[in-house]
Amino acid sequence: MPVVFILWLREVKKYLRSRVQIVASLGAPLMYLGVLGFGLGPVFRRAGEGSYLQFMAPGVIGMTVLFSAMFSGIAMLWDRQFGFLKETLVAPVPRLAIMIGRTLGGATVAVLQGTLIFVVTLIAGFRPVSLFAVPLAFLVIALIAVIFSALATAIGSSLKEMQGFQMVMNFLVMPIFFLSGAIYPLEGLPRVLGALTRVDPLTYGVDGVRGLLIGRTHFGVAVDVAVLLGVGVLFVVFGAWRFSKIEA
Amino acid sequence: MGDRPIIRVQHIVKSFGDVVAVNDVSFDVRPGEIFAFLGPNGAGKTTTIRMLTTLLHPTAGALELDGLDVTAHRTEVRKRFGVVFQDPSLDSELTAWENMDIHGVLYHVPRHARRERCELLLRMFELWERRDDLVKTFSGGMKRRLEIARGLLHTPKVLFLDEPTLGLDPQSRNQMWTHVRNLRAAEGVTVFLTTHYMDEADRVADRIAVIDHGRLVATGSSAELKTQTGTDSLEAAFLALTGTTIRDESATAADQMRQVARVWRR
Repeated sequence: MPVVFILWLREVKKYLRSRVQIVASLGAPLMYLGVLGFGLGPVFRRAGEGSYLQFMAPGVIGMTVLFSAMFSGIAMLWDRQFGFLKETLVAPVPRLAIMIGRTLGGATVAVLQGTLIFVVTLIAGFRPVSLFAVPLAFLVIALIAVIFSALATAIGSSLKEMQGFQMVMNFLVMPIFFLSGAIYPLEGLPRVLGALTRVDPLTYGVDGVRGLLIGRTHFGVAVDVAVLLGVGVLFVVFGAWRFSKIEA
Repeated sequence: MGDRPIIRVQHIVKSFGDVVAVNDVSFDVRPGEIFAFLGPNGAGKTTTIRMLTTLLHPTAGALELDGLDVTAHRTEVRKRFGVVFQDPSLDSELTAWENMDIHGVLYHVPRHARRERCELLLRMFELWERRDDLVKTFSGGMKRRLEIARGLLHTPKVLFLDEPTLGLDPQSRNQMWTHVRNLRAAEGVTVFLTTHYMDEADRVADRIAVIDHGRLVATGSSAELKTQTGTDSLEAAFLALTGTTIRDESATAADQMRQVARVWRR
């Protein structure tokens, strides 16, 4: 446990010290909130779907958590390139403990980022239907963060060069975001698109957060949480397996 | 110095595909000695250190550290050595103290002992006053000193130093070797080092092994190598043993092999 804790603490400390990272990570969510949230708001309302800001805020929080968690994979490549990873790999501790510490650290940073964006959405006018549901929504957010941090660990363990992560962003992370229903409703989608949204774990994350924060859910919060738990276990096992294969 | 070798390398081979990076190398290192492992770029020095530090499996042969089989008892072996890699391995976004503390936790050093040992080593390596500064504000020499201090935190029996003075100015290099000699005297730690600076090896090493093209070409004290080659300096002896052809490390077959496998592995 001390190993898991110290590596978790390292990630959190580094995040809290990096004001540039905090500010930079606000860019994309703010743009989505500002441009799409307010720009498409009138269209959404005319279509009888209510407030687009209310609909979209959980999606933007989900997006923030996804991006932040996936960036922990870049941090791992960074550690590999600049040597710190080697320091941990020659230590007399199980690789699983190192992987769990790093993954939980990345997930915590992602939740902190999500919290920041949640506050921003409140300032922008977003209103959860129930304050009591907010802590539950954050449990779902934490699940999203663990899932994608574990995935980032798996990917970071498989790649050796930073350049490879650009490909991951373009061909994996962006599709995960756009297919998740973060910026459009899941009802009435073309069959293929509908099927793709169902295999995207973020879909269930966004749906769960949306269900808890604004009372609008496609699958039901229980289904969302069950899927997220299942995928979470799968991705943590996959991440641990990939991490165990790293050769420095 | 005791009789049983602290490091025993017997007929080790390391291949990357068809390329043999280390070929049938054998040598012993005695407890408490400073042992220099010299060779031109791409000769197999770092590959050997990586095998000894459990990061790579040998293709064939046997490695022992403190009587333990390095491949069979990796966790136990890891407790017994400290390592300073050729590339920096500090977290530059953390302070010197935090880097030390993480290492202490990773090596199961109890909290109280950790604090005492951190203070002792940071004072020994003249970094105590800068303990709360971020490592990214340190000079190259300070970072190297911190890496050595960190490598000693768990009181290892063997300290591996892979090109520890690379890129340092003469003052920093001199100061670092003074520290290494002092800590050998104070803690009796065995030092296994690689360096390209022959004057350093001549000055600090009790014994020297020279590797070239993955094969060990000579072992002995500096004086023995000079006698063996009929030369009057270690550098001349080194050139006599390894030739004068310039080696380009980035062009070695072993590195090319690693490059090929670099993007997606298995």
